[in-house]
Amino acid sequence: MTAATAALRPVRAISRRTLAIGLAVAFAALWLIFHGQGTLPHEENAAAFRIFNDFRDWVSDNRLSNPVLVVLVGVTRAAIAALADTSLLVLHGIGWPGAVLLATAAGLAVGGWRFGLLAATGFLSFGILGLWDPSIDTIAMTFASVLLSLLIGIPLGILAGRNDRAKAIINPVLDLMQIMPSFAYLAPMTLFFLIGAPSATIATMIYAIPASIRITALGIRGVPATTIEAAESLGSTGRQMLLKVQLPLARRMLALAVNQTIMFALGMVVVTALIDGPGLGKDIIKALSHSDVGEAFDAGLAIVIIAIVLDRLTEQAANRADSRRAALAGPRPIDRRIVLGVAGAGILMSIVSLVAVDLSEFPSTIAFSFAGPVNTIVDWVRLNLYFVTNPIKDAFSYGLLNPLEGMLTTAPWLLVAVAIGAFSALVGSWRTALTSAVCLGFIAALGLWEHGMQTLAASLVATALTLLIGATFGIAAARNDAVSAVMRPFLDAAQTMPSFVYLIPALALFAPTRFTAILAAVIYAVPPVIRLVEAGVRAVPATVIEAGISAGANPRQLLWKVQLPMARRSLLLAANQGIVMVLAMVVVGGLVGAGALGYDVVAGFAQHEDFGKGFAAGIAIVLLGVMLDRVTQGAGGQSSSTVSRAG
Amino acid sequence: MPTAPSDRAAQDQATIAVRGLWKIFGPAETKIAGSRLLELSNAEFRQKTGSTIAVRDVSFDVRPGEVFVVMGLSGSGKSTLVRCLTRLIEPTLGQVLLDGEDIRAANQDRLRELRRRRFAMVFQNFGLLPHRRVIDNVAFGLEIRGEEKAARHARAREVLDLVGLTAHLDSYPDQLSGGQQQRVGLARALAGDPEVMFFDEPFSALDPLIRRDMQNEVIRLHDEVGKTMVFITHDLSEALKLGDHIVIMRDGEIVQTGSPEELVGAPADDYVADFVRDVAKSNILTLRWIMRDAAPGDELDGPEFPAATVIRNAVHTAAATEKPIKVMDDGRLVGVVDRRQILSAIAGPDETAA
Repeated sequence: MTAATAALRPVRAISRRTLAIGLAVAFAALWLIFHGQGTLPHEENAAAFRIFNDFRDWVSDNRLSNPVLVVLVGVTRAAIAALADTSLLVLHGIGWPGAVLLATAAGLAVGGWRFGLLAATGFLSFGILGLWDPSIDTIAMTFASVLLSLLIGIPLGILAGRNDRAKAIINPVLDLMQIMPSFAYLAPMTLFFLIGAPSATIATMIYAIPASIRITALGIRGVPATTIEAAESLGSTGRQMLLKVQLPLARRMLALAVNQTIMFALGMVVVTALIDGPGLGKDIIKALSHSDVGEAFDAGLAIVIIAIVLDRLTEQAANRADSRRAALAGPRPIDRRIVLGVAGAGILMSIVSLVAVDLSEFPSTIAFSFAGPVNTIVDWVRLNLYFVTNPIKDAFSYGLLNPLEGMLTTAPWLLVAVAIGAFSALVGSWRTALTSAVCLGFIAALGLWEHGMQTLAASLVATALTLLIGATFGIAAARNDAVSAVMRPFLDAAQTMPSFVYLIPALALFAPTRFTAILAAVIYAVPPVIRLVEAGVRAVPATVIEAGISAGANPRQLLWKVQLPMARRSLLLAANQGIVMVLAMVVVGGLVGAGALGYDVVAGFAQHEDFGKGFAAGIAIVLLGVMLDRVTQGAGGQSSSTVSRAG
Repeated sequence: MPTAPSDRAAQDQATIAVRGLWKIFGPAETKIAGSRLLELSNAEFRQKTGSTIAVRDVSFDVRPGEVFVVMGLSGSGKSTLVRCLTRLIEPTLGQVLLDGEDIRAANQDRLRELRRRRFAMVFQNFGLLPHRRVIDNVAFGLEIRGEEKAARHARAREVLDLVGLTAHLDSYPDQLSGGQQQRVGLARALAGDPEVMFFDEPFSALDPLIRRDMQNEVIRLHDEVGKTMVFITHDLSEALKLGDHIVIMRDGEIVQTGSPEELVGAPADDYVADFVRDVAKSNILTLRWIMRDAAPGDELDGPEFPAATVIRNAVHTAAATEKPIKVMDDGRLVGVVDRRQILSAIAGPDETAA
């Protein structure tokens, strides 16, 4: 019996691989015969687009008369608008001296001189870059969205942490929210909440809230069962259990939830510039629209500074929450009187600005911009490195991207759908195949087959590149501590940056093309892939490695026969994570020449008559995301949502 | 055979009386009452229903002031059993009576009240709150039941003094050693002045030397405060050392109930016999277990010992006299013991002979 199954197993594994190859060959052969027939070329006025346009018109006509719309949409919008406007008004109103001093006081309070200095220079740099107003806009919008996310997210997280049924209901919703590229739900927002700060706040909340719910629930569930049991055996009520045991013990995770919610929110606030959300994102979009890398660089730098200041300060606060004896947490805290003094000065200056002298303008006398020098460098690079960048671009475009895109768009759409379905069944199960088929069917029905296939091709190429680079560096880092140490600060920095920022270096090198978007996606998705691969390979138990070495394996054999097979789960998770992030970014790449679905979405915000197409494209992106997530999950048995991702 | 609970219950009102207690984990739990499935063996039951019988038809009495030990290997159901007694795990079938009150019938409020005032539990992994100082950990139960801070701190100081931790009032749990942490757990249980204390393998996580100290601590506390204690362990020597009565469990069932002496002297089956094989019998058994009837040639003017004397305590006397020791009960001669019986009790069964 056991001998028979053991003998069968390798045969089955081989036959699976053979099937995949056979599938590819059959697809290629059928494409040769049937290409050009049964295709679904792009139509500018597809039925689905018209339906969405009509729906939009109906909503705008009835916004003020239909009672359901008035209550649900009008009231919500007014309430959120009040929150966002208050946040904007207050943070601008306290003026720059007050804001800088209060930020410094917060830094001093959580982490001593180093953090005080970080906050002070960070905030001053916004003004010096000439970006005080948009930076404060971004911070105020982030603040409003985070407040909203936590107000709703923490109670839901507590519920999901304490109640299995609540968890079973909430989790699938969060899974879906997390694979949705942020771009995709901007259109529904504008449909109901119009453009502007309220819409932007809600969109940001939707993007950031899964982090607060999940991490809170994780914290509550992380309280040791013995502790819960002990408190129960002493006769705690449910309320006492929550307030005296679960929440205090989950304190560090709650602080982490705040930190992660802020980072997600910041990433999204920048993107909401597309629906007229105030902040630095607008400056970036403006700069990108006329390919002004230098101008985009200043705004991108300001975003990165905001990200670093907010991340380090809240992370440090979380570390302190971890330890009752604050002295043990990192740098020595400084004299309370100094903190109180700085905070007092900040409050004083804020009041002065609010009631007496308006200090909300940062003095323009001290100003510095990187735009000029950066543009000089970019011009030089484009001129002098053309012989390097252009062949790379052409090799990818003509060697990989065009053939793949060509095959997917010129093959009969049914053939493509069947081939993808068969492939899904091969790596997953019949349910995976069903999901893929349904997703592809809807994309076709939306009238976006061709654009969908173009985006899919770009995503696949970017994913292949991401995995290649990510696995190479990840394995190197896992096997060599020095490599790991050198890479760590870069990875840390990369993971705090919002997605938009990644477009800038890609644009600097390659000007707006499809390849630029792919490169940006690769830069964006590589860091987490490196992390996961490194963690997976490092997690192989030392005893197993030792056993391998004592059996005489050389480093190469150790890698291929021990470490990689044992790290299989992490590698598949890395692939899943990589593909979801790549898709999100390929879409953002619509801003720098990516075309296809990403461009449709952007156009939908810009042109009144393109709303329906943009809306449909948003849905198509979500469908692609669901399909790719399920397929990679089917292979790994792991969800992309198990790892939190920033930006 | 287990001693029939009714025999002992007749002597005085039991503090805790358990009657026909079952615990089944899995889908079958809700529809099992009175079912013939209960007659199946554990393995068959699991195969048929996909559920597991963790506690199977258990009955026993815990008398006031005694230390009642439940002993078994891992998976024997002993930890589940003790949790059923306070409904930390809901029993499936059967009765648990605390001074005659059916705990299973209590509603949530009543149950909470019982937990706050009448029971306390000490856990294997301590279950302390890392964010609270030692004194606030000990006062936690009092806080839960709504006592004033001053009063509960005063009481916490009292019990911390009792367990010898006065010097660590303001420490946090992670600053203490394992043994000290369990003293905090002990103090927390004592603080509420419960009627019954449950111990779930409280010393299994500790080093052997610390474990011995803590066992002595429990014996001392039992002498000082006289609580009824239910003690779960997988360690036979711990069971014999602490227990007035011991229950041995296997596969969810009670294999034998008795005093340490009864278990060692008359194991109910091979399983128990195997358990007690390496126990130094002379430390546990009394003369009653090894005495023989006086034979016609015996010189009956030798030393006298009561029948309840542990063998070990008669060794020196036996060594000093050629005459057999007279074993007395109520002033009557019930038998005699000479060196042969004592030596063979000390040596244990002769394994070379087989």
